[in-house]
Amino acid sequence: MLDLSLLVQYGPALLRGFGVTILCWGAGCLIGMVLGFALMLLRQLPVKPLRWVIRAYIEVIRGTPFLIQLFLLYSGGPSIGLRLEATTAGILGLGIYGSAYFAEIFRAGYQAVPKGQVEAALSLGMSYGSILRRVIVPAMLVSTIPAIVNMMAILTKETVVLSIITVPELMYEMQTMAAETFATFETILGMALFYWLLVEVVSRLGRRLEARVTRFLTHASPQGSSSETATARA
Amino acid sequence: MKFSVIIDAFPYLLGAAVTTIWVSLLGVLLGQVIGVAVCVARQSGGRAADMAGGVYVSFFRGVPLLIQLLLIYYMLPLIGIDVPPLVASIAALGLASGAYVSEIYRGALNAVPHGQSEAALALGFPGSSIWTRILLPQAFRISVPALVNELILLLKASSLISVVGVAELTRTSQTISASNYRPLEIYLAAGLIYLAINGALALFGTLVERRLQQA
Repeated sequence: MLDLSLLVQYGPALLRGFGVTILCWGAGCLIGMVLGFALMLLRQLPVKPLRWVIRAYIEVIRGTPFLIQLFLLYSGGPSIGLRLEATTAGILGLGIYGSAYFAEIFRAGYQAVPKGQVEAALSLGMSYGSILRRVIVPAMLVSTIPAIVNMMAILTKETVVLSIITVPELMYEMQTMAAETFATFETILGMALFYWLLVEVVSRLGRRLEARVTRFLTHASPQGSSSETATARA
Repeated sequence: MKFSVIIDAFPYLLGAAVTTIWVSLLGVLLGQVIGVAVCVARQSGGRAADMAGGVYVSFFRGVPLLIQLLLIYYMLPLIGIDVPPLVASIAALGLASGAYVSEIYRGALNAVPHGQSEAALALGFPGSSIWTRILLPQAFRISVPALVNELILLLKASSLISVVGVAELTRTSQTISASNYRPLEIYLAAGLIYLAINGALALFGTLVERRLQQA
């Protein structure tokens, strides 16, 4: 079995690796959501070529493996003058990968916002910016939160792939440890259990967030606009 | 950008794409078998089977595929089974896919009206033929879109088996770009091939779906 003193020796490296994993995940999710939201908004503009370009971007990202995208960014980038450090490339890669999926999630959420609410807001003289902020986004958040949480859990798992382009995250540190100590199987098993736990924690926290965001639905669902949102979600 | 590089490498990439395709297909087939078995066991095998199946599904959906792959790759020799990377890869893809497939079937089974299996029971069908003649055929039909989606996901996930040295599309692109120092062109070409395969699969899925709706 695994010699526990190894954990003392490799503890700091593993902790640092975990920090990098969380950093990549957090930054990747953030970039993905911001970019995805922007793409969704741009897609609403009545400019056909722009829509085609965004549609193509989403299809390409969703139709190719994440690993290939990473290789393109990290090894292919320098050919066109884009030299990135592994970690930067990893974060950017995760963000770009996530943005395509988030854009689709947000689009579904945007379409699920009842038209009447937007029309009502328009007739009240609200500007597009404040309609977006006060009507559309809150309603979207409610209907898309399960999908967002799910995507964030998927991205947690994808951070492992970053080890292949030598981002010094947890998986990478673990492989270094396995190679140096020859305790390969034990380390990988430990890592599997750890990620199992991590993904479970992310999903649990996500479910809590979901319950918090949708809490008013159960209180106020019989009346008014919130019941409309509830139907839109179903 | 130098397109001649892509043209030179294209035959090799296509050959590797064929490996990618059949490894993914075998993975999906294995996943189907495991998925159906797990789903049936969980529904009709009592509490213990349900719990074991639940742990299996949770593990293979919660642990990153790369770790599962390495785990199987290093675990099999440890218990005395020395397998080539290719077999370990197909096993890993199949096990991972089986977890998702069993959940897809579980969802589809919920959509089959409960009265049907009750009617079959009343007519004296044995349990096994209720499954093979009534539940599974309908569950399959309902889950076709999800299964095609699963095939596409698995095909993309199969790029990870390059890590254990299987010469599929991703690995071959790595090898070629390491020898001609043209990673941009080669990975672009590889990406386009993946995109083309996935596009074809999606189209195939739509056709099958339409066909099954007519039946």
